[in-house]
Amino acid sequence: MNGLDASLVDWSRAQFAMTAMYHWLFVPLTLGLGLIMCIMESLYVKTGNEEWKKATKFWMTLFGVNFAIGVATGIIMEFEFGTNWSNYSWFVGDIFGAPLAIEAIIAFFMEATFISLMFFGWKKVSKGFHLASTWLTVIGATISALWILVANAWMQYPVGMEFNPDTVRNEMIDFWSILLSPVALNKFFHTVISSWVLGSLFVLGVSSWYILKKRDTGFALKSIKVASIVGLVATLLTAYTGDGSAFNVAQRQPMKLAVMEGLYEGKSNIGLVAFGILNPAKKSYKDSINPYLFKIEIPSMLSLLANRDINSYVPGIKNILNGGYKMPNGTIALSFDEKHLRGKAAIQSLADYQKAVQAKDTAAAKTHKEALKANYAQFGYGYIDKPEKMIPNIPTVFYSFRIMVMLGFYFIALFGVVLFFSSKKKIEEMKWLLRICLWSIPLGYVASQLGWVVAEVGRQPWAIQDVLPLNAAISHVSSGSVMITFFLFLTLFSALLVAEIRIMLKQIKEGPSEK
Amino acid sequence: MKSPLFINKLISFYTEGFRAMTVGKTLWFIVLLKLFIMFAVLKLFFFPNYLKTNFKDDASRANHVRQELINKTN
Repeated sequence: MNGLDASLVDWSRAQFAMTAMYHWLFVPLTLGLGLIMCIMESLYVKTGNEEWKKATKFWMTLFGVNFAIGVATGIIMEFEFGTNWSNYSWFVGDIFGAPLAIEAIIAFFMEATFISLMFFGWKKVSKGFHLASTWLTVIGATISALWILVANAWMQYPVGMEFNPDTVRNEMIDFWSILLSPVALNKFFHTVISSWVLGSLFVLGVSSWYILKKRDTGFALKSIKVASIVGLVATLLTAYTGDGSAFNVAQRQPMKLAVMEGLYEGKSNIGLVAFGILNPAKKSYKDSINPYLFKIEIPSMLSLLANRDINSYVPGIKNILNGGYKMPNGTIALSFDEKHLRGKAAIQSLADYQKAVQAKDTAAAKTHKEALKANYAQFGYGYIDKPEKMIPNIPTVFYSFRIMVMLGFYFIALFGVVLFFSSKKKIEEMKWLLRICLWSIPLGYVASQLGWVVAEVGRQPWAIQDVLPLNAAISHVSSGSVMITFFLFLTLFSALLVAEIRIMLKQIKEGPSEK
Repeated sequence: MKSPLFINKLISFYTEGFRAMTVGKTLWFIVLLKLFIMFAVLKLFFFPNYLKTNFKDDASRANHVRQELINKTN
């Protein structure tokens, strides 16, 4: 790449990943704990039982702590778009800008309005009005998440736009295809519902602590009941939407799926690696070394999950780079070399179009514009000089995916067992189970973060799938300044995290009795 | 008149709410400090908008990005 410091790309990626992961520590708990407090307040309004009000107010306090510490941490990423990723920011401005603007408006008006009613309005408004405010606060937060996820889904599966070579921007031509893209819809449900799992684990764990400490046991048992039901339903739905995610990935990001599976050579009727250990000796898709040291495969399952057909063909890394296989849409896959040539042709057409416009040669400009449009789908490949650069980090994606799925199955079992013993009124005696519940809180965060690792590391090298790779998306700033801000953010966010944990622990130790 | 009465009630709602806060006061301090650091320090000194800072209008920004996209190819 002409004059571009390779460490600049890496530091910029690291900074974005770090700030996104910190932001994602706070958001799922807002969404998940929010739902649980809504359910508890609904039970209070329905039954009139003041114990539910006490429980609601306690969880609402923790919700407030998390919300306050986490609020605006996402704005940091918008700063980074403007400074570190200016080419990307300009290139996608019309697409990205709209969802983020709507998110900001909804966040400001809806959440800000109703959150104050939620916290200040207990003795000031009717029960029904207060309940509505609580629900609308959480719905507002969820709708905010929708718009961010729509923007991210567009990066994975860019639709509804047309590239304008005069403004050098992708311009939105179909808002609904962006909002209702299958990737966007599935991503929204999978992300939000998985946040409900995290919220449930949090409530379950904290409540288990109260029972172990033999305090506020009535409150804790009620909370465990709600959390285990919500958690079990949410985890099952997360598995369902996770299947949808994998299907979307198979259809639209085949390299990501191949890397998730450590799959180099595709075939029909192919099994899913349920558990596996990758072979560190496998360094290249060109060598014939076995990619696994060990694996347990579920026969035909990958074909079924990827294409809903156990006899279908699923391409591996080698096949995707070499092309020549039939894709789910019936067309024959282009090789990397073919895509690279088309990408370079598209970029050349952009240059030729500019020259024609400057020379006021409208006929030539029209020709070059049409050539650009014809090859635009592979625009980004013009920036990638070697096929190896098309392959995301395999161990990171492979193991992240597996750990996330295994944790998902663990959560189903955990919530199921807890619900069983809770309904038998035996859970207070099961100290071993209560300790497991307590120590499962961080596992929810692990699973949640790993999902994003799969999604975002798996889409490398793309900022926008097929259209713009990271090395073309970046600004010409110094890697030194990015490094400095990386450590500034690390310090700021770590301080916020420590503050949150300290305030949360203080509130948990105080307990619900005084709320 | 109804409107002034409503505004008075609204102001009173918020002032009483803020006065009654316990842990909320600490949280508000953290929120305001965080926003100050983010917008008055980080954004101002470390995160200028690259295109808005270095180019005066949209035409020159578009031209810059165009040249970047053309020149970054191998």
